[in-house]
Amino acid sequence: MSMPKLLIEGLFRSPLTETAPAPEDADLAALAAAADAAARRRLGRSLSIRVVDAGSCNGCELELNALSNAVYDLERFGLRLVASPRHADVLVVTGPVTLNMREALERTYAAMPGPKWVVAVGDCAAMGGLFAGGYACAGGADSVLPLDLRIPGCPPTPTALLKGLLALFGSDPKGVRASTD
Amino acid sequence: MSALQQLIDRGEAASDCRPWPRVAVDRTTWRKAADALGRGELVLLDLWAEPAAAHMALRDEADGLVAILSLACPRRTFPSVGRHHPPAIRLERTIHDLYGLEPEGAPDPRPWIDHGRWTERRPLGHPAPPGRAEPYRFLAAEGEGLHQVAVGPVHAGIIEPGHFRFSAAGETVVRVEQRLGYVHRGLEGRMAGATLDQAVRLAGRASGDSTVAYALAFSRAAEAALGVEAPARAVWLRALMAELERLANHLGDIGAICNDAAFALMLAHCGVLREAVLRASHAAFGHRLMMDKIAPGGVRGDLDESGEAAIRALVDLIGRRFPDLVALYDDTASLQDRTVGTGVVAAGLARQFAAGGYVGRAAGRAFDTRRNLPYAPYEALEFDVVARDSGDVNARVWVRIEEVRQSLALVGQILSRLPAGPIRADLPACAGEGMALVEGFRGDVLAWVRLDGGGAVSRARLRDPSWFQWPLLEAAIEGNIIADFPLCNKSFNCAYAGVDL
Repeated sequence: MSMPKLLIEGLFRSPLTETAPAPEDADLAALAAAADAAARRRLGRSLSIRVVDAGSCNGCELELNALSNAVYDLERFGLRLVASPRHADVLVVTGPVTLNMREALERTYAAMPGPKWVVAVGDCAAMGGLFAGGYACAGGADSVLPLDLRIPGCPPTPTALLKGLLALFGSDPKGVRASTD
Repeated sequence: MSALQQLIDRGEAASDCRPWPRVAVDRTTWRKAADALGRGELVLLDLWAEPAAAHMALRDEADGLVAILSLACPRRTFPSVGRHHPPAIRLERTIHDLYGLEPEGAPDPRPWIDHGRWTERRPLGHPAPPGRAEPYRFLAAEGEGLHQVAVGPVHAGIIEPGHFRFSAAGETVVRVEQRLGYVHRGLEGRMAGATLDQAVRLAGRASGDSTVAYALAFSRAAEAALGVEAPARAVWLRALMAELERLANHLGDIGAICNDAAFALMLAHCGVLREAVLRASHAAFGHRLMMDKIAPGGVRGDLDESGEAAIRALVDLIGRRFPDLVALYDDTASLQDRTVGTGVVAAGLARQFAAGGYVGRAAGRAFDTRRNLPYAPYEALEFDVVARDSGDVNARVWVRIEEVRQSLALVGQILSRLPAGPIRADLPACAGEGMALVEGFRGDVLAWVRLDGGGAVSRARLRDPSWFQWPLLEAAIEGNIIADFPLCNKSFNCAYAGVDL
């Protein structure tokens, strides 16, 4: 099929994107309350996210990548995955923090400007998972960085990831809190 | 008599390893095997160790014979295989890091996965106090105007961590050297002493994108060790999961490769199809990646009518949409301009390294475990092993495209012939040793396991196909521009966690 035909077809097909899930977890609500309202005002409608794989099996990466597909379309919420920690407000950590990745993780966090949040994604980062302890792993992300939110799961589904990340904005399921100034 | 049979005859049966024999050999025979590998008479399937023994799994392509040679290493040394056969070099460096066994005469004495940051050295052999994290000595590239570019372990996108050191003349890559090991979690050590149940969960997390392939390889190895066969329905359901996993990964890769050539439209469309595969997998088996659904003895959870309907709808959806995307790939000259002739793997290298999966098949090596070391139910299924000769990014895309078509057809065949019956066999608590190879989306995954008789694993080994693909990426990029590296890298899509373990 030619590219123009495919593009035109896309214009007339109904969108594939699904409505946002509502945060429901008590843990997430607590985080929403904890996230400093003033900081949120300063950040306005958008959060930039830097992901660091600190020893994941890549299952979590698959689902984090899925957030960018047309079905979940992360960017409509103002959530953006960025390449540089210098541009990031949120550090997403996956994996049981291998000792071989620990320094790279710490340096990524140190390179981020404040205010900043750390989110542990997946059972390994959230609590060490199957790989806690041993000669090669530091344990969950909280053994290395101050942790703001855990999104458990092996791996967490894109819906669970969206719920968690949207909670960083507060309880509004649209994830959008207009800047008040 | 085949080259491998001659080696087997020189040794003594070491154990009742099934379905392939394991024989104890002396140093002379071990060296002869390394020589034969170097001459291309044998294929190296794996090289691994225990605290006082080294093992190599070999295949003779002439007659299809497979065997494991074992060498006792009382002095903690073994004759280097890598000295004669470069594909063994990284495996030997890993053995040295984990077990402290010294490959005598090894061409590369540098550590591989031990970055000097663990709580101890030689953790699986004779543990010693930790060393110091010293700068890694990358191989030199000398010449006027050469510069180095260091990339990773933290990359721009959401991918696994690894370091790439480029030496470039302007835009042109003169040498790239990989440094891996960042995601070493100590999986092999954790397998020792684990129950079968724990061990298969660990195996399923060797590389998350291949969780089905690893759980299948481990389960088949354990079943071989125990002399048990999974019930027919379980065998067919496993193949169904394996083909769904292949579909999801190939669709994701085709989109991602095109995206790395700045053609985001393909990523958008393939991303939707990939999502459809994951949702159908969830509907059918209760997990998007089908983690922990395969276990020794069979499968966990049966396929019901609604699950079957979800998979049939998926086959129908991809069958309708995919041809347009293939045509889009084929008709977009600007995209072909990036993929044709880029990142060429020479056929000789693919053969020497016995590269599996799309990396090997795109460079003329038409090896597929499902065909060459067949396991049920694939002997009863119709499919083609598709190979190409050009060895470039384009060929690796086309092999994936053809395999999507093959997997769709396989899923259809499996659904229409799925036998009824039980899905789990009882496992006896006996000792034994077994090995299995299965075809994951990247290529052949090997699992070897020794069971202690009390229901626990005494030793296990998992070997990812990427062991024999990563080094070819270093060769394929030479003479390409740095800007084409992400494209080449994505077309290989090698495993990080799967090799670091």
